[in-house]
Amino acid sequence: MWASVQSSDRGLARLVLAPALALWAGATAVFADAPARVVSMNLCTDQLAMLLAAPGQLISVSNLASDPLSSTMVEEAAAFPANRGGAEQIFLMQPDLVLAGSYTSVASVALLRDLGVRVAQLPPASSLQDVAAQMREVGALLGQAEKAEAMAAAFEASLEKFRHTGDPATAAMYYPNGYTTGEGTLSDDILKLAGFRNIGAEAGVTGGGILPLERLVMAAPDLIVTSTPYPGASRSEEILAHPALTALRARAGAARITDADWVCGTPYLLRAIEAMAQARAALGTGP
Amino acid sequence: MTRAVLPALGALVAALFMASLLIGPAGLGLGQSLAALFRGEGEAVVMVMRDIRLPRAILGLAVGGALGLSGAAMQGFLRNPLAEPGLIGVSSTAALGAVIALQTGAAAAFALALPLAALAGATLSALLILLMAGPRGGALALILAGIALSALAGAGTSLVLNLSPNPFAAAEIVFWMMGSLADRSMSHVWLAAPFIALGCAMLLTTGRSLDALTLGEDAAQSMGVRLSRLRLVIILGTASAIGASVAVAGAIGFVGLIVPHILRPLVGARPSRLLPASALGGAAMVLAADIAVRLIAPDRDLKLGVLTALVGAPFFLHLVWRMRKVEA
Repeated sequence: MWASVQSSDRGLARLVLAPALALWAGATAVFADAPARVVSMNLCTDQLAMLLAAPGQLISVSNLASDPLSSTMVEEAAAFPANRGGAEQIFLMQPDLVLAGSYTSVASVALLRDLGVRVAQLPPASSLQDVAAQMREVGALLGQAEKAEAMAAAFEASLEKFRHTGDPATAAMYYPNGYTTGEGTLSDDILKLAGFRNIGAEAGVTGGGILPLERLVMAAPDLIVTSTPYPGASRSEEILAHPALTALRARAGAARITDADWVCGTPYLLRAIEAMAQARAALGTGP
Repeated sequence: MTRAVLPALGALVAALFMASLLIGPAGLGLGQSLAALFRGEGEAVVMVMRDIRLPRAILGLAVGGALGLSGAAMQGFLRNPLAEPGLIGVSSTAALGAVIALQTGAAAAFALALPLAALAGATLSALLILLMAGPRGGALALILAGIALSALAGAGTSLVLNLSPNPFAAAEIVFWMMGSLADRSMSHVWLAAPFIALGCAMLLTTGRSLDALTLGEDAAQSMGVRLSRLRLVIILGTASAIGASVAVAGAIGFVGLIVPHILRPLVGARPSRLLPASALGGAAMVLAADIAVRLIAPDRDLKLGVLTALVGAPFFLHLVWRMRKVEA
C-alpha cells in the first residue's frame, strides 16, 4: 500500500513536504498580491529584483550577483544571502515567489513547482524593447508596478538620447571560441541604436553563433567589441589574443570591451549604450 | 615498390598541406590565396593565409608526424603492435601536464612552461609504461597499464579544469581528450615545433637499433645495440614530440596505431624504413582529418580525435581480433 501511495503521488519528497507547504500558503495569503519572501536564482532577475523590491521583500539572490565580471550590483548583492540555484537550498528559504531565467536548470524549476512553490521564469532580454517590458513584468510580480513603470519610462526616454542618425559604421562582437551575437540579440539592438551594422548578423548568425576568425578578418569591421577575460586560463579565450585579431583590432578605428553592464537588461545597460555611442561618434561620419 | 613509398607519401603530404591552406570558411579564390601567401598581396587575405591558415597547416604536419613516428618507434621497441602514445597514456599525461601549467599560471608567466610541463608528464608516463610493460611485459600488461594511466591522467585533467576559476575551462576537457587545431597561431608553432623536431630527430636515429631488435634482444645486443640507451632515446624522443604536440593541439588518438600498421607491409617490415614512412603517413592522416573537420562542420570546431577514433577504434578492435586468433 505504501508503494502505491508513493508512486501515485510523484515521490516521497512531495508526500512529506506537502503539509509544510500548506502551512506557508496559509501564512502568505495574508499579503494578498505582493509576495513577501522572494528568492531570485538568475543573474538578471537578481538585479531587477534588487532595484525594484521593497525593503525586506527580497530574501536571496544568486551567487552570480556577486561576480564583478557579470553583475553590476556586487555591493548591493553583498546584503543578501546568496543561493546557488539548487532546489533544496531555495525550498528551505521558504519563498512565496521564485524568480528564475528561462534557461535556469529545468530540474530545479520543475522540482520547486512540484513542491508547490510559485516560480516565475523570464527569458533573457533579446531586444531593448524587452528590457523595458521585463522591468514592468518584474515590477508587477513584486507588486511594485509604479516603481517599475517609472524605471522603464526613464529607460525608454534615455535610449532616444543615444540614437544615431546618419550612415552606420561596421562593428562585430567577438567572444571566446569565436562566438558572436547576430540578429535578434540585445547586443545587435544596441549596435543598431548606436549607429553600427552588426557584422555577426550580416554573416548570417541569428542569436548567438560562431563567426570563424578568418571571416571576421575579411569583414574588417570599424569596431571590435571583445569580452573581459576571466581569471585562470582557457583555450577558448586564447582566440582573443590571436595575432590576427590583435592586428585587426589595431587597424580598426576603435575597440571596446564588454563588461557586466552588457549582460542584463537593467538601467545600467545605458552605460554600455553610451560607451558605444561615444565609440561611434569617435569614428566620425566617414567610416 | 618499397622505394616508391616515401616519395609517394611525400607528395601526398605536400598535396594535403596545400589543401589545408586553401580550404577555409572565408572561401577565398585559389589565385588570391596564393598571391597573399607568397607575395603578400591583399591585406586581409594575407592575414587569413599567414596568421590563421599557415600555423594550422604547419601544426597539422608537425603533430601528425610526431604521432605517426612515435607510434612506429614504440611498436618497434616493444615489438608490440598495440603500442601507441594515445592508447598507453602518454598523450593523456602530457595533457595533464599542460593543463597544470596553464591553470597554475606558470604558462602565462613563462611561455615555455606549457610544452615543458607536457613533456614532463609524457616522460613520466613513458617511463612508467616501459618499466611496467617493457620488452618482456607482453601486450596485455602494456594495454592494461596504459588504460590505468589514461584514466588517472584523464581524471586529473578533469579535476584541474573543474576547479579552475575560468568558466570556459571545464568545457575544454573535450579539447584535451580529443584534440583540435582550430584557431592556433604562429606563437603555438614556435612553442611546439622545436620540441617536436628534436623528438622526431631522436626517434629517427633509432632505426638501425630497432632493425637489430627485430632479431631478438640477445641478437641485438651481440650486434652492439645498447638496450638501456635505446630505451632512453625512445622515451625522451616520444615525450618531447608528443608532449609538445599535446600542449598545443590536445590528445589526438589512434594515429600512431593505424599509420604504422598500414605502412608496415609497404616498406618491407623494417623499422628503419617504417619510421620515416610513418612520420609522413601520420602527417597525411592528421592533415586530412583537419581538412575533414572543416568541411563537415565549418563552424562547430569538431574535434580531430573524433574522426581519428571513428577510423582508429574499429581498426584497433580488428587488431585485437587478429591477435586473438594468433594466440589461440
